[in-house]
Amino acid sequence: MLDLKEKTKQYSTRLGDDSLILGHRISEWTSNGPFLEEDIALGNVALDYIGRARMFYTYAADLAGNGKTEDDLAYLRSEREFQNYLINELPRGDFAFTMVRQLFVDVFFSYYLKALTNSNDTELAAIATKSLKETRYHLRRSRDWTLRLGLGTDESKARMTKALAEIWGYVHELFEPDELELELIACGIAVDTREIKDNWFADIGAILSEADLAIPDAEWAVRGGRKGYHTEHLSMLLSVMQSVHRAHPGANW
Amino acid sequence: MTIIPTISTVLYDKIQLRERSEYTNIWSLLDNVYDPEIPVLSVWDIGILQNIEFDGDDYLIIITPTYSGCPAVDAIKEDIAKELQDNQIFNYQIKTRLSPAWTTDSMTLEGINKLRAYGIAPPTDVLDGCALHITPTENILCPQCNSRNTHIISEFGSTACKALFKCHDCQEPFDFFKCI
Repeated sequence: MLDLKEKTKQYSTRLGDDSLILGHRISEWTSNGPFLEEDIALGNVALDYIGRARMFYTYAADLAGNGKTEDDLAYLRSEREFQNYLINELPRGDFAFTMVRQLFVDVFFSYYLKALTNSNDTELAAIATKSLKETRYHLRRSRDWTLRLGLGTDESKARMTKALAEIWGYVHELFEPDELELELIACGIAVDTREIKDNWFADIGAILSEADLAIPDAEWAVRGGRKGYHTEHLSMLLSVMQSVHRAHPGANW
Repeated sequence: MTIIPTISTVLYDKIQLRERSEYTNIWSLLDNVYDPEIPVLSVWDIGILQNIEFDGDDYLIIITPTYSGCPAVDAIKEDIAKELQDNQIFNYQIKTRLSPAWTTDSMTLEGINKLRAYGIAPPTDVLDGCALHITPTENILCPQCNSRNTHIISEFGSTACKALFKCHDCQEPFDFFKCI
């Protein structure tokens, strides 16, 4: 039986994992954006996520109290130790894919972080309060792009439809808390994602409908992120992201 | 017409905190530390400097980040340390505190004026004066020609704290310090 502090540490670490992995994926657009303003915007969104990861990891490291830092958590853990939701690790794909994922994640976080601001854990609540403002701003962008691409050309609409079909099956695990989360929900610390599921589906349905896009009629679902079971993409992401730190342990500049 | 200047409660509380503080010399020293990205704003002006406390041994310099991933925060910590050391103050710790979360309401009136003079539209130059804390897509006051005939080009500018606008009267693009 783990104590509450240890469980909260694990919870904060996985929230950091979600933000770090997604932030890294978005950062891959840097210098590859479709035009300059969008390149800058994606870079800034990536920074917000990486900053959010640092806050969650720093708190997890404080709770661990073993001298480990945020860098140990980010750079010295292997694939099976990461517990991010799978949707965050999927390759960035084309711009439509990136924007559909952002829309899904932004709507999710807009409810998730709002709930987390009421956490009994004051540090997690403070991180959520800070991040929520940023997420609301992100959502405005991803919603706007969804409308523009959905209502744009045949090509943009076709790409959005394809992206929706590819991502849909990764949505379900977002609303299935595992044992650790259930225990922390009971203590008023973690967010119960089952309670935000209806809002998420309603908002996504409304935005997609406004963009003249259909919710995919897909029955498949992939799960496992919170257990450390990942797609093949995470190990490749980590090998790139961690390479400098692992080649030069403790390097500083 | 008489204009009665009003300030946000956040700014009022912040000014009270400083005026009641015993550590006036430290506050004054840190007025010399500027945001590296926007070098006309001090850490006090922008609202990063949250408080100065004393724990019996050390001065605790409490700062709060603007945006989660703002890379300027690390540089600001170094600049604060240097300013204190240059003035023979070695008993200090720089602490980050996330709550209350930073908001543009904590920007000083001097900071707002300096920002506008520097060519960046301050957060208060929204039609509603930032009452709703939403960055609009138009009608930001152009810092070059004072026109409201402006429109957003990109939700992000050169840094996370800014959005990019264009003025349809003087045709100049400009940064807007987002209102959050």
